[in-house]
Amino acid sequence: MAVSVKNSELIYKSLKNCGVKIVSALPETWLVHLIRFSEEDPDMQLVRLAKEEEGVGISAGAHFAGLKSAMLMQNHGFLASVNGIVSLAQLYRIPLLMIISYRGEMGETDPWQTEGGLRTESTLKALDIPYDIIDSPESVEKKINKAAVLSESSERPVALLITRDLMVE
Amino acid sequence: MKRIDALQRIYKQLDSKLIITNMGAVAAELYSLGHRKNFFYLEHSMGLASSVGLGLALSKPDIKVIVLDGDGSVLMNLGTFSTIARYNPKNLTHVIFDNESLLSVGGFPTATSTGTNLKDIALSSGVKNAFETKDIDDFESLFEKSINIDTSSVLVSKVEAKGPEKFTMDLGLIENKIEFKRYINSIKED
Repeated sequence: MAVSVKNSELIYKSLKNCGVKIVSALPETWLVHLIRFSEEDPDMQLVRLAKEEEGVGISAGAHFAGLKSAMLMQNHGFLASVNGIVSLAQLYRIPLLMIISYRGEMGETDPWQTEGGLRTESTLKALDIPYDIIDSPESVEKKINKAAVLSESSERPVALLITRDLMVE
Repeated sequence: MKRIDALQRIYKQLDSKLIITNMGAVAAELYSLGHRKNFFYLEHSMGLASSVGLGLALSKPDIKVIVLDGDGSVLMNLGTFSTIARYNPKNLTHVIFDNESLLSVGGFPTATSTGTNLKDIALSSGVKNAFETKDIDDFESLFEKSINIDTSSVLVSKVEAKGPEKFTMDLGLIENKIEFKRYINSIKED
């Protein structure tokens, strides 16, 4: 298994095209290249977190300062961030662009990812978070741009689930 | 030391800085001293006030950011010290009023009443400068030192477990956010 550098580049370029200046992240296998690009880019502030929920605070601070941000995390990190998403981002109307690796879906080999995978979309729906699934390189730029636009105009969290088909070669 | 008296001592110093508070007594007492447009009260998401402060400090490196927090909130997000230490923005000061109690919900003792030391945790997490005091004169001088020091800093202020008579504030949550964001947007930077 190798994580796709090419598709990671596509995602990163799309985030840059949306004007994202701050990325918060917790390492996850599928996100390694995205985190590396963020770290190597002098025009990007990467914030490595101890726990994903902190990223909601980072994005809120960036929003107050007028900067666009994105969160990179695994779906289990999303599940761990729910109170921050509800009681900060939704309560105070903070735009959140969440790029979430969709572990535990069809083809998952790690048993520990499967329960979280099963509950990711139902949790997003329960929280009224608009989301889309990106499973092919052709739709990356368009879907990221549309999600960024909606999160800014609605001042709410929006999620993009990036899949095995997109991230793994 | 009472928290309201400590807040009173530093109130004038909060001018032209960006202030983030946690919820409950800190927010209500600061508000009671006089609300300003550069104050943002995070009325929930306990533990995240310092994360908001970090995001702000990294986004506005030339403006001082002061987080006014409580022990109950900080204990919910101890990883914040590690993240702040990693990036170490010199314009970020994290003040923690430690009354060893979850006062706003009935005064249940927190772990700082049974030996947890937030200053030591901050230092061990890599925060370069962390202080603790029980004395109000010391607090005032350590605050001055913390906001001017060349690293991120943590100042733990051990206060009595006494809160305000009322927690209500005549300020909507979204109103506070919009006003705060607009204030930041209006700052002229050199």
